[in-house]
Amino acid sequence: MHSSLMYALNLGEPYGFQFFRNGTFVALIAGGLCGLLGVFVVLRGMSYIGHGLSHAVFGGAAASAVMNFNYFIGAGIWGVVSGVLIGRIARRRIIGADAAIGVVTTASFALGLALLNRYGQAKRSIEAVLFGSVLGVKNSDIIAVLVVAVLATVVIVLGYRKFLFSTFDPEVAEVSGVKVSFMEAALMVMLSLTILVTMRVIGTLLISALLVIPAATARMLTNRFSRMLWISPLIGASSAFLGMNVAYHTNTSASAMIILVGASAFTCVYFGSGVRGRRRMASFGHL
Amino acid sequence: MNMKVAEKDVLVHCHHVTCAYGDVAVVNDVNFTLRRGEFAGIVGPSGSGKTTLLKAVLGSIAPVHGSIDMLKGLRMGYVPQVESVDWNFPVTVLEVIVMTRSEKKWWPRITAAERAAAEDVLERLGLGGLSGRHIRELSGGQQQRVFVARALFHSPDILVLDEPTSGVDVRTRHEVLHLLADLHDAGMSVLLTTHDLNGLAAHLPRLICLNKEIVADGSPREVLVPDVLEKLYGAPMHVLEHGGMPVVLDHSENPMVGRFGGKAV
Ligand SMILES: Nc1ncnc2c1ncn2[C@@H]1O[C@H](COP(=O)(O)OP(=O)(O)OP(=O)(O)O)[C@@H](O)[C@H]1O
Ligand SMILES: [Mg+2]
Repeated sequence: MHSSLMYALNLGEPYGFQFFRNGTFVALIAGGLCGLLGVFVVLRGMSYIGHGLSHAVFGGAAASAVMNFNYFIGAGIWGVVSGVLIGRIARRRIIGADAAIGVVTTASFALGLALLNRYGQAKRSIEAVLFGSVLGVKNSDIIAVLVVAVLATVVIVLGYRKFLFSTFDPEVAEVSGVKVSFMEAALMVMLSLTILVTMRVIGTLLISALLVIPAATARMLTNRFSRMLWISPLIGASSAFLGMNVAYHTNTSASAMIILVGASAFTCVYFGSGVRGRRRMASFGHL
Repeated sequence: MNMKVAEKDVLVHCHHVTCAYGDVAVVNDVNFTLRRGEFAGIVGPSGSGKTTLLKAVLGSIAPVHGSIDMLKGLRMGYVPQVESVDWNFPVTVLEVIVMTRSEKKWWPRITAAERAAAEDVLERLGLGGLSGRHIRELSGGQQQRVFVARALFHSPDILVLDEPTSGVDVRTRHEVLHLLADLHDAGMSVLLTTHDLNGLAAHLPRLICLNKEIVADGSPREVLVPDVLEKLYGAPMHVLEHGGMPVVLDHSENPMVGRFGGKAV
């Protein structure tokens, strides 16, 4: 009795800290947002784009930190421009496009790392972008994540059928009057913005995992697009929430714990849903 | 006066249409007219430009020369090749069918009216009760019909199908053929492409033989003749008659003929 009471108090303990409350809130929204965009990333087989984009944005973030430029403006412009370009290159299925994307984004990442070594004074903020620093979130991060989350939700709800149509069957969608390239550009912009605002929370290195794991898990749980669209954000947000708490009590990296909780959920569903659930992932190609 | 009636009848008119990818022309100087109520098939060997011509008609690629005129406000229902569909994509039959409707409303939920209209189309195509199924959990013929249903959902003036019987078995081929014939009887105009001379093409009222250029255009009896077929496929072919319909025998693709003492027909 006594010990369980102590335990309960202990579970609530981190919530006494402002930084933990803020961090958990941001992680929760970031997890949901990545889960939402992840549905499109996974169904379009774009996970390499998510990966590449996060590395490209890192270069932009490092450059803006060194130049003492506002992160959201510097990395934001860099990210949206690379996102739209990468989307267009990938769409035209030019031979070697994925290799080209890989080279350019990795170079951008390497540039970021080099800047990190060279300019000591910007080191801390660059490191935060690399590994994520949930507990160091500022008010501007909270606002940015919220704005992008609301924006993405509204855009996806309003354009639901067009996004679904152009993801499932771009050719017929085009013939039926859907502006497929516009929808794809809109998705790439939202993806870039998502990466931009969640990067300082989750970190460059782990963000692509948060884009893939919740959506892949949701895919095994349902055969309906409409359900996947809320199950995936739910898994993303829950992983973030649980991961934050586990990280506090085990004194480990929050973003690592968020991914580990998500990966455990994926594993449970993978073995729990049997062959049928696993077969549903057949179309993902390489993740 | 008479002219006007004829004009209103024309759904699609291709006028010296040339299509190219890069510098390579794959469809050359094609002329044809498709009228309301027609049921036409484009036939030709692999790589002869059938899909390209279809896409030009659909407006998804622009011809480099010539023009394609269409009836004002023409609505086309496009049925893609089954091989091009991602059968693992998480959508149900109902979700596929209502996808084409993207009217202005802020909440995307499928309305009762949409559901009723979709169920109606499904019922007509013999897919009643399957609206909640995932697209993978259907037979080949049912899968093909779901995409026909989606095309019909928007009440098109013309149904356009790319290889509706490729990659399906004999039974499914019959189902598809009967379905299209029924729709045509009910007044639908149909344009399709096919490889299948005997199973599908020979049953259609009109065939457009395409090998980069139009080689012949007419009824199966007129165009499924050795002369045309040799021009089309670049190899001699024999034509028999069976039950009043031409049957094309393909020697060049059957290296076994004569091997074990069997005689060429
Ligand atoms: N996107 C493309 N880019 C470049 N060339 C193409 C493209 N699509 C088709 N081609 C070429 O154009 C030619 C005609 O192709 P098309 O797909 O129209 O033929 P098809 O008659 O439909 O063939 P099949 O019967 O095999 O479907 C082919 O030589 C093909 O290689
Ligand atoms: Mg083709």
